[in-house]
Amino acid sequence: MSKQRIVVVGNGMVGHHYVETLANTNLDVEITVIGGEPRPAYDRVHLSEVFDGKNPEDLAMTTREHYKELNVSAHFGDFVATIDRENKCVVTEGGRRFEYDKLVLATGSYPFVPPIPGGDQEHCLTYRTIDDLGEIKASAKGMKKGVVVGGGLLGLECANALKNLGVEAHVVEFAPGLMGVQLDEGGSKMLRRKVEGLGVCVHTGKATQVIKKGEEHRLRMEFADETHLETDMIVFSAGIRPYDQLGRDAGLDVGDRGGIVIDYHCRTSDSDIYAIGECASLGNFIYGLVAPGYRMAEAAVSQLTEDKVSFSGADMSTKLKLLGVDVGSIGDAHGRADGAQRYSYCDENAEVYKSIIVSQDNKKLLGAVLVGDASEYDTLLQYMLNEIELPEAPEAFILPSVEGGESIGLGADALPDTATVCSCYAVTKGDLCNAVQNGATTMAAIKDVTSASTGCGGCAALTKQVMDSELIKLGVEVNNDICEHFPYTRIELADIIRVKKIKTFDELLDSHGKGHGCEICKPTIGSILASYWNEYVLKDEHISLQDTNDIFLGNMQKDGSYSIVPRVQGGEITPDKLIVIGEVAKEFDLYTKITGGQRIDLFGAQLHELPAIWRILIDAGFETGHAYGKSLRTAKSCVGSTWCRYGVDDSVGMAIDMENRYKGLRTPHKFKLGVSGCTRECAEAQSKDIGIIATETGWNLYVCGNGGMRPRHADLFATDLDKSTLIKYVDRFLMFYIRTADRLQRTSVWLENLEGGLDYLKEVVIDDKLNIAKELEAEMAVNIENYQCEWKTTINNEERLKRFQHYINSEATDDNLAYVVEREQRRPAFEDEKNKAEVIKLVG
Amino acid sequence: MMNNWVTVCDETDLVSGTGVCALLNKEQVAIFKISKGSALYAISNYDPIGKANVLSRGIVGSVGDDIVVASPLYKQHFNLESGVCLEDEAASVKTFPIRVTDGKVQLQAAS
Ligand code: SRM
Ligand SMILES: Cc1cc2nc3c(=O)[nH]c(=O)nc-3n(C[C@H](O)[C@H](O)[C@H](O)COP(=O)(O)OP(=O)(O)OC[C@H]3O[C@@H](n4cnc5c(N)ncnc54)[C@H](O)[C@@H]3O)c2cc1C
Ligand code: SF4
Ligand code: FES
Repeated sequence: MSKQRIVVVGNGMVGHHYVETLANTNLDVEITVIGGEPRPAYDRVHLSEVFDGKNPEDLAMTTREHYKELNVSAHFGDFVATIDRENKCVVTEGGRRFEYDKLVLATGSYPFVPPIPGGDQEHCLTYRTIDDLGEIKASAKGMKKGVVVGGGLLGLECANALKNLGVEAHVVEFAPGLMGVQLDEGGSKMLRRKVEGLGVCVHTGKATQVIKKGEEHRLRMEFADETHLETDMIVFSAGIRPYDQLGRDAGLDVGDRGGIVIDYHCRTSDSDIYAIGECASLGNFIYGLVAPGYRMAEAAVSQLTEDKVSFSGADMSTKLKLLGVDVGSIGDAHGRADGAQRYSYCDENAEVYKSIIVSQDNKKLLGAVLVGDASEYDTLLQYMLNEIELPEAPEAFILPSVEGGESIGLGADALPDTATVCSCYAVTKGDLCNAVQNGATTMAAIKDVTSASTGCGGCAALTKQVMDSELIKLGVEVNNDICEHFPYTRIELADIIRVKKIKTFDELLDSHGKGHGCEICKPTIGSILASYWNEYVLKDEHISLQDTNDIFLGNMQKDGSYSIVPRVQGGEITPDKLIVIGEVAKEFDLYTKITGGQRIDLFGAQLHELPAIWRILIDAGFETGHAYGKSLRTAKSCVGSTWCRYGVDDSVGMAIDMENRYKGLRTPHKFKLGVSGCTRECAEAQSKDIGIIATETGWNLYVCGNGGMRPRHADLFATDLDKSTLIKYVDRFLMFYIRTADRLQRTSVWLENLEGGLDYLKEVVIDDKLNIAKELEAEMAVNIENYQCEWKTTINNEERLKRFQHYINSEATDDNLAYVVEREQRRPAFEDEKNKAEVIKLVG
Repeated sequence: MMNNWVTVCDETDLVSGTGVCALLNKEQVAIFKISKGSALYAISNYDPIGKANVLSRGIVGSVGDDIVVASPLYKQHFNLESGVCLEDEAASVKTFPIRVTDGKVQLQAAS
């Protein structure tokens, strides 16, 4: 018998998945795939990333060569025009004919363009393919304004794309709200509020009647309510329609809302023809997401094998980031089920909306809507998919957690083995556990073996949790080595360095490590060496350990230039010093901004300019602000008793003293101080690593607060201290943190992981339970004594200054730098601006 | 000409374990000296992922047996011998022949 001939029409995401899956079975078949687009399958889901600077080629899911290796005969850029069921063959527009034993339709869908008079003129576009992207870019070039018709998921994504192209983006929606399919009313309103806050204009309840030539812009849209909107371009994103024409013409059954009708085995009304992905209709439903399409592809492949898997529908829950806003929609978001009850929480200040829909008996989760904060998405999804019984008060899922309250997140252990962890690749918890048992003990190995978290990546955290928990069950120690070069944690390395008095990286590498080191262990060890011995960080032995930020004593910006942040102790600054900063900024044309840390950042300095700038600053009495190091940033202060009518003590003075005491100290991560003059707390000291608040009788000390990615309120550590006791405690606290924290662990996370917690910390620092207080204080004293302003040392060292030049053999400067003036200051040009006329090029 | 070696600096200008950038005709070349052994390496200075001329300012080290530099912008690793980017082969960079003669560091210009 000759080989079975399988012909696949359409090489989109699903068609490709079918081919790949089939080719990887051991079936002896002849595979042909015919794709209408000029290129092999690519990742449509991440299409919009091309507007963020990705190359279209980066989206490719396969290549012609790869298909060749799989022995697949592939043809691109030619659409199939007809199916001849009688002779079992298809014919392309280009006249080519392919015979099949089984035919698979994976033709996907196309954007629906509402039949509006004038909707077919130039600059009326759609958004689905790589070719569309080119047209959108071309149309937006040099233009001011763009409209997206459709306020659904794709429409908003497209609005973001327009924004990224520098066009003022408008969304016109017929319905009263945004994303009406996935969100309830509250969620939709919050999304609108956020989207508008991001500068996208939203027009809802607008029915476009006609599109004419515009007066100020290229086009003018006239609406049923007699208003109008002018724009330079329109992108239609008003829904998708299945590409089912081929099937219709061939007499296959078609669903009421379009789509080629299939059964649970993905067979159409002709048993030799399958349909999968967005062109297929199961029970009158079209699955417009990629994961269900993949499941159909797998089900269709399995029909050719022994085990016939069926496709009986899929979960349509989604989590995504639209214009940077987190949005999640799970299950029955509209609460349509009988007796469904909704809990909702809305915080207009933080711009967060969450609601959950539960069954009548309050026991099962039916659906959820999350806008502005989707961190509970994974947990809620697992509750719904696995019908896990809800806790007593399910509203706790959406209410902000109260201090001291228990989080009711669902640990990996609570999930049944059948729970789907990765929905992109249908990987269950059981699959992951099996993989771990069979030796996949790192995330890389898990990804390799199971494909989990290689799609949208949304399941990465849960996958890691399941893996770690399984490893612990197997009694495997979870590997906490800092990197491949040292089989130790940061704490262990710090102990080795301290006890063996090791002074250089090479010494440590020879005695305790292997290889050449890397960007993880080098800066970590550099920081430990500096914490204990506090030598000039740019000595030859240490220089190769430092990040570029530490070598050039400034933060590298996205174009390779650096920023300059002089220290402004406590945020107090004289008019004269302000003038110097202004003068320097003017002389070197530096972008100037007040930072979130009460000081001033000057951006856009090139390497060769850094020493000259710092010389002027140092002559005027400034010091380096260590904005580049893992070290003390700022001591934020409020004005306190110096001027404020409520101030009970001199918070500014205290902040300045503390900042001077700890400046330059190298720590596992950066740390920050805050000092407030009274309980009104205008310095936000309770969000800092060390917070100090004046009381009528002394100072209250707070520790381990954090802003940033995961804010943590500081804990009250000791009350009504006099200044010398306060300093003693802070010295001990910081040195203990340096000794025992992990790499890049802020004090907040360190405390949360410290066995014994706050009470233990108090015992060590206040009661000196470990009998190390004297040692800690002495170590701090050495540090304070060895302080030097690294910039001052550097500008007085000819040898060092040689590095501050772009080329070692030329005085020329980097020719890739290009700037644009915005709000009266220069900023780096974006890639697509680099060739424009108004760009300032700095060619040396 | 076949052997047009161009001197760019003295060997003593290089600090072990770090890189510098040299201008070779119109190209930016990142030159590295590693701490163990005396080998020198030269690759393009342009980071195709961060889209800036910064590779000479990355941290040098190893990943398995590969000697690499990590871009200071987003930390992708580039093999100093082959220019291959370990995270994304499509982002690999050019390498340049390099040698030391009489204490002078020399790059070979394209002929
Ligand atoms: C300049 C500044 C933003 C501004 O324009 O205001 C800034 C800029 C950066 N911040 Fe920040 N942060 C700035 C205030 C803050 C604040 C506000 C504050 O200090 O009160 C916070 C939240 C408070 C906190 O840290 O708890 C903050 C939380 C972060 C975080 C998150 C830390 C965390 O624990 O979650 C990072 C990322 C990190 O360190 O890993 C970060 C990292 C950065 C980096 C270093 C990112 C980078 O690698 O390029 C930025 C470089 C600055 C530069 O090139 O000079 N920045 N950053 C602010 C400088 C303050 C200063 O004078 O030194
Ligand atoms: C901008 C955008 C963002 C998206 N975001 C997400 C998301 O976040 N999550 C998610 O799950 N889904 C998302 N989707 C949807 C997802 O891309 C689709 O579900 C998926 O691509 C469907 O795959 P498919 O193979 O069925 O169809 P398609 O990918 O559309 O592929 C069909 C292919 O068949 C070709 N074709 C059609 N007719 C013929 C013919 N007669 N002959 C030959 N070839 C033909 C077409 O040219 C096309 O290349 C997004 C889609 C877009 C456009
Ligand atoms: S929040 Fe901080 S790290 Fe993020 S862009 Fe602003 S300055 Fe940079
Ligand atoms: S859920 Fe998308 S990669 Fe796992």
